[in-house]
Formats: sequence, structure tokens, C-alpha cells
Amino acid sequence: MGIFQMTKTVLRNLAGGPATRQYPAVPARTGPLTRGHVVFDPATCRSCSLCSKRCPCEAIRLDKEAKVWEIDRMRCIACGDCVESCPFGSLAMEPEYFSPVVEHVVERYTITYVKPEKPAKKPADESAGA
Amino acid sequence: MPERIIVPFGPQHPVLPEPIHLDLVLEDETVVEAVPSIGYIHRGLERLIEKREYTEYVYVAERICGICSFMHALCYSQGIEEIMKIEVPDRAHYLRTIWSECSRLHSHLLWLGLFADSMGFENLFMRSWQLRESVLDVLEDTTGGRVIQGTCKVGGVRRDIGAEKLAEMHRALDPFEAQCRDLGDVFLNDETVKYRLQGLGVISKDEAYALGAAGPTARGSGVAMDHRETGYAAYGDLGFKPVVETAGDCYARCAVRVKEVYASIDLIRRAISEMPEGSLDVKVKGAPDGEYFSRVEQPRGEVVHYLRGNGTKHLARARIRTPTLANIPPLVKMLPGAQLADVPVVVLSIDPCISCTER
Repeated sequence: MGIFQMTKTVLRNLAGGPATRQYPAVPARTGPLTRGHVVFDPATCRSCSLCSKRCPCEAIRLDKEAKVWEIDRMRCIACGDCVESCPFGSLAMEPEYFSPVVEHVVERYTITYVKPEKPAKKPADESAGA
Repeated sequence: MPERIIVPFGPQHPVLPEPIHLDLVLEDETVVEAVPSIGYIHRGLERLIEKREYTEYVYVAERICGICSFMHALCYSQGIEEIMKIEVPDRAHYLRTIWSECSRLHSHLLWLGLFADSMGFENLFMRSWQLRESVLDVLEDTTGGRVIQGTCKVGGVRRDIGAEKLAEMHRALDPFEAQCRDLGDVFLNDETVKYRLQGLGVISKDEAYALGAAGPTARGSGVAMDHRETGYAAYGDLGFKPVVETAGDCYARCAVRVKEVYASIDLIRRAISEMPEGSLDVKVKGAPDGEYFSRVEQPRGEVVHYLRGNGTKHLARARIRTPTLANIPPLVKMLPGAQLADVPVVVLSIDPCISCTER
């Protein structure tokens, strides 16, 4: 019958259980590639500033003098460009989404990298050439 | 002569996913004229091209629309590649085609759900979105994003799909197609759906062509116009015939989209089985100098990115014409004669995407 086209699907769905999940009690489905949020390791950063130059939404700010690295989570679009461009592996993408916040937060890190005495020029060369 | 009254429709309306405003001039319950107005969510993304480097703008182009995001990135990248004479590897073309068709699948399934919702068929709405979720899962597994894929870049693609995942996708296509055909049968054969849609919002082939209709709106009226026929990305290798209906009413536009879902599944199946090996991207050096009119077939019709570079890292001008803008004049032509209660169905039948339109 023309008006009962949906019946087969309805009956199947009745037996099949719910298709949705009770988020946030049950976490959202993520895969290994999911772009959730960017994590920063201040110990390996050599302040080459490639990440802040590549960021399409100006979410990353770097103060070379003060050795401060900042990320504005509300500007970040989790595109992953900074992660790909970082030559020292200081940035990584985690699959979990960043938890909701109620006020504007800028995460601030102090870069702990100490420039070695020898070879003194190498990090500067890499940042300029890349 | 009955008294004429004006009823505002939108910008906030339960059936509208995004804000568009129509002033409906009514005689009793019948629409005699519709006056559209847009401009509620202009974001100035075209101007942003002067502030972002041409390789970074891909991320902005992707965010023009939340549904056909991959195709905006593809259209923009193709334009830059043509200006800079970059040869994209074959594997990148095939991957771009697969992700484009996945985007089309999830866009059409989303639209079918919204359309069912607009005619009050809640059950069908939920079933469409349930099927859409499985496409989004595939997109998330292969690209890392459900709706903003972020895999297209100037010169190729950023990610590969492994042989194992491709085989898994290929295996999943048959049961998925069976489910889509069950869903499509309801849209195409159910008497209540037919009763609601047939003969509603009719636009003839000549009118559709003259008013510049694009995509399923044009193809529902018998204008066999699909940009995939020109063979960009891997469509040239795969071969493609546009889906055309001739009635020109809401039912025909719905039928075009249902059949395009089947066509997309078929394209993905063939793209996976013919996937060539090779590199994913080529290194891009220099800056674009020149102009190009890049075109791609989106779920809603043909999108145009006009790009002009001046030899610097920042482009001088971008102009983006999206299919919904082209479909507003046909919509204004479709509405007169419809009952007020049918207006939501007619408006949704062009698949309005206002974020795209206003950029």
C-alpha cells in the first residue's frame, strides 16, 4: 500500500534500540584522527614562531622576549596547521573536544627551552629557513 | 477582489535552518507575490582574502558553509592551482572526489530530513538524519572532522585513506545503499508525500533556465546541467551522467536529490575500486599571479570562485557566487499560487543555504 512505505523501517527501528547516545554522560564518538584540541609542550618549543605565523585565525601569540606562548581557545578552529608546521614536535592534536567554558580564557605557557651554548646558531637558522 | 495582506516569513521560522526573509503578499490564503530580502548573516569572508595568505585562505573558504565545506575548499584550491599551473597527483584527485561525494551524500540526507520535517513527516526526518550520521562517521574517521574536513589544500590533499579503510568503506556501501533505497522509496512512492508535493511550486524548463537556476532546482525542471560532467577532479575518469526530472515541481526536485544519493554512492564505489597509487600533494612555491574562474558542482548547484592574484602572497580579490543566490529568483517565481501552508515546503525545495549566500 502506498501509504505504508515507512512501516518496514519503523518496525525495524522499534526493535533496534535508540540511535542516539546520552551525551555528555556517554562521551562523543571520536576517531584517532579527530581534531579535538591542540596541546602544547613548553619544554620542547624553541620559539621559532612558525605556529603563530601559520595560524589562520590568529589564536596563537608568541612573545619571544618574555618567552611566553599563548593560545586563545575561543579563536582556535582546530585546523591542525600549527601541528603540521611545528618543526620540533611541540604541538599535538588530541581527539577530545575542549570542554565548554563560560568566560574568555587565554592559556599561557612559559617556554622553558634554554638555548644551548654549542651550536648556538642552529635554532635561529632553522626558524629563519623554514 | 479579496483584500491583500502581507505576511512576513522568516528570518526566524521553525522550518528555516538559516535566516532568510520573505514578505508574502496574500489574497485569502493564496500567495500572489513574494519579496525576498537577505543580509542577516554577512561575515565579510571575501574581504578576508586580503588579510590571509593564499594557502591559509583554504581554511576560511571551508568555513563559508557548514554543509558543503569540502567543496568550497576544493573550488578555491582548484582556482589557485590553475593560476599557478600546478599539476595535482591522480590519487589526490580521487580522494577529493570521494570526500566531495561523501559531502554530497550527507548534505542530501540532511536536506531530505529537513524536507520531511517541513511537510510534517517527523519519522522520515529522523530516519534521514540517522543515515546521515553514518556518512559523518566515515568523514570523521578519514579526515578528522565531521563537517569541516580540513583535508583539501592547494596542491593536493593533507591526508590519505589507507587501503584497509578503503576496503571497509567499500564493504559498507552495499548495506548503506540498501538503507538509502528504503528511505528513497518512501519519498518517491508514498502516497501522502506525493499528495503533498506533486504540482506544488512548478517552474518550467525555460523559466528555470532564464532565471539562472542551479543544481537540483534546474535539473528538477529538465535542465540537464551538472558541472561534474566537465570532468574536474576525478569525474572525467569516472564518467558521470546528470540526474534529470522534467516535472519541475517540489516532487521532481526531491526525486532528483534522492536519485543523486544513489548516484553518489555509485561514484564513491567506483572511485574506491579505481583508486590509483601515488603521492598526495605537490610542493607549492611562489605566489599566484593571474585570475581564474573556478567552478565546482555542490549539492545545491554550481559554485563559482573568482580569484585574482597580483604576484604577492595575498590575493587581490575573491568573489564567490553560491548556488542558493542563483536559486532565489526561481523561488520567487515558484511561490505565487501556493497556499500559505505550502510555503515552507516550497522554500525548502530549493535547499536554501544562507550562510553560503551571504559569505
